Amino acid sequence: MAYLELEKLHKEFGDFTAIEEIDIALVAGEFLSLLGPSGCGKTTALRIVAGFERPTSGRVVVEGKDLTNVSPNHRDMGMVFQAYSLFPNMTAADNVEFGLRVRRQSSVERRRRVDELLELVGLTAAAKRYPHQLSGGMQQRVALARALAIEPRVLLLDEPLSALDAKVRVQLREEIRRLQTQLGITTLYVTHDQEEALSVSDRVAVLSHGRIEQIGSPAEIYNAPGTPFVAEFIGTMNRLEATVVESGQVQVGQTVLPVTDARDLPQGERVLVLVRPEILELQRADGAPSSGLVGEVVAHIFLGAITRVKVDAGDHELSADLPGHHAAALPVGSRVAARFPPDGGRVLALSVEAQASAEQAPAGP
Amino acid sequence: MTKSGWFWIAVGCIYFFVPLAATAEFSLKDGDSYSFAAYREIFDDPQFRDTFFLSLKLAIATIIVALLLFIPTVYWVHLRLPHFRPLVQFLCALPFVVPPIVLIVGILYVYNYQWVPAKYLGSPYYLVPGYVVLGFPFMFFALDNAFRAIDVHTLTEASQSLGAGWTRTLLRVILPNILTGALAGAFLTFALVMGEFTMASLALFNTFPTYINYIGQTKANPAAALTIISFGITWLALLGILFIGRRPGRTVVQVGGAR
Repeated sequence: MAYLELEKLHKEFGDFTAIEEIDIALVAGEFLSLLGPSGCGKTTALRIVAGFERPTSGRVVVEGKDLTNVSPNHRDMGMVFQAYSLFPNMTAADNVEFGLRVRRQSSVERRRRVDELLELVGLTAAAKRYPHQLSGGMQQRVALARALAIEPRVLLLDEPLSALDAKVRVQLREEIRRLQTQLGITTLYVTHDQEEALSVSDRVAVLSHGRIEQIGSPAEIYNAPGTPFVAEFIGTMNRLEATVVESGQVQVGQTVLPVTDARDLPQGERVLVLVRPEILELQRADGAPSSGLVGEVVAHIFLGAITRVKVDAGDHELSADLPGHHAAALPVGSRVAARFPPDGGRVLALSVEAQASAEQAPAGP
Repeated sequence: MTKSGWFWIAVGCIYFFVPLAATAEFSLKDGDSYSFAAYREIFDDPQFRDTFFLSLKLAIATIIVALLLFIPTVYWVHLRLPHFRPLVQFLCALPFVVPPIVLIVGILYVYNYQWVPAKYLGSPYYLVPGYVVLGFPFMFFALDNAFRAIDVHTLTEASQSLGAGWTRTLLRVILPNILTGALAGAFLTFALVMGEFTMASLALFNTFPTYINYIGQTKANPAAALTIISFGITWLALLGILFIGRRPGRTVVQVGGAR
C-alpha cells in the first residue's frame, strides 16, 4: 500500500516544462532519492510535494488523502533545505522548538522534545548557540532536528549536503540514513550526487528532462542501467558500439566478443555494450595475437586504492580500474588487450533517439 | 594614511566644527560674559514645548504608518515580485526629486475633496501622509538592505513547512531579522520629521521646525541655542542608528546605497 504518491505530476513555468510526467509511489518508511542533473525537475517535484509549487496537473497523495491544494503549513511535512534555513534570530534549541510552538504544545512537552532531538543529532552542547556560531554541518543537523521535531508524515530533503565539505557530507548522509531507519519515516531526498543517492536510498529514481529514466534499488540502477542516459549518469561506463553477429556474440570493430546479455537478439542488430571500468581486464599484448580489444595505454589516473588506466583502442577510448601494482605493470605506451567476462557487459538496443540522449548526458566523474 | 589624506580630513573637520563651535559660543554669550540664559529662555518658552512635542508625536505617527506600509510591501516585493523591485525603488526615490513644496500643494489639493472629514483637516496629523511620502526613500532603502541581507525565500518556506501561517512568519521569523533595518529607517524618518519646515509652514501648523524659524528671525542668542539643541536631537538619532547597527549577533545595517 503506497504511503506517499506523486501521481502523474506535470509542471510548466510559462513556456518551460519543468516536469513532463512523474509518477512515483513510496511505501511507508521508504527512503527514495530523486537523482538527476540540474534542470531535470527533481527540485520542482520536491517543492510540489512540500506545497511550495502547485502542479499544472497531477496529484500529491499521502495516506490516500489528496494534498495537492493544501497549503504548505498544513501538510505536516518536515523539510531540510540546502543551506541558510535556520532562523538567525533564534538559538539552535529555539529553532527546533519553533514547529512545536506553532502546534501549541505545552512548554514541558516542548522542552522534552527539543532535548530529545538535539541529543538525537548529537548537538546537546550547542543548544544555546545561534546559527552563525555553528559550522555548516552543525547547522544542517539542527535543521534536520527541527524538521523531525514536528513528527512529520514525510521528510523532504532538498540537497541538504551540497553546501558542505566532502568529509562532513559523507558523515552526515550516513547519519541521516541512520535516523531515518531508526524513526521509520518516509523520506524523499533530492540530490545530483549519484554516490550520495546510491549509498543511502532504498530506491533511486533517475530523472532527466522532467521524466523518470529508471527507478529501482541502488544495485539495480548501478548494475543494470535501463537506458543509455542512466548508464552514462551513474558512475563511469565504457560504451562500445557493436553489432550482434550471432546469439550471445557481438562484433566491436574487427573483434568478436561473447556477451551473455546479447542472447536472443536478432543478427545484425546495432547495440551499445556497456562495461564498468572495474569489470574490464587488461593484459599485455606484445606481438602475439590475442582475443579482446587491442589498444595502447595513453594515461594513468591515480584514484587512491585503484588506478584508472585509459586505453586508446581505435574507435573507442576505454577506462579500466586496476589495483595500483597491476597498473604499474602496464606503463603508458604499452600495447594491451582489454577483455571482460561474458556476463560483465550490459547490452542496450541502439536506437537513434537513445544515441542522441546519451550524447547530451553529462559524463560521470 | 598619506600626508595629503590627513590634510583633507583636517579641512573637513574645520569646515564642520568651526561653525558649530561658533554657534555654541554665541548661544552661551550673555552680554560680556557667558551663561545658559539663552537655553533657559528656550526651555521656559511654552511654545518650545508645544511645538517640540507636536513634532515628536508627528514623527512617531509617521514612523508607525511608514513601517506598517513598508515592511509587508518590501517583504512581498522580495518574496514574490522581485522584477518589480526596480520600479518600487524608482517610486521611492521620487521624493528626492519632487520638492516638498510640490508635494504639499498636491496634498492640499487632495484635501479639498468633500470626503475628507473636517475634523481631520483641523488636526496636525494632516501632515502625516505627506511626511510618510517624504520618508519613502529612507524607509525603503533601509528595509530593502535588511531584506537583501537575509534569505527571504528559504526562511519563509522553512517557517511554512513547520506549520506557521503568514502572520506568524512575518512577526516571528522575518521581523526580528530585519529589525535593525526597520529601526534605521525609523531613526532617519524621525530626523526628517523633526526638521521638516516647508510642508508644516505651508499648511499653517506650528511644528518644531517652524518654531526654530520663528526664533531665528526674532531672537539672536536663543536661536543659536535652539540650533545646538536641534543638532543634538539629530545627532542622537544618528547615534541610535550606529548603536543598533553594531549590536553583536545582528546583521550590520548599511543605510542607503548598494552593498
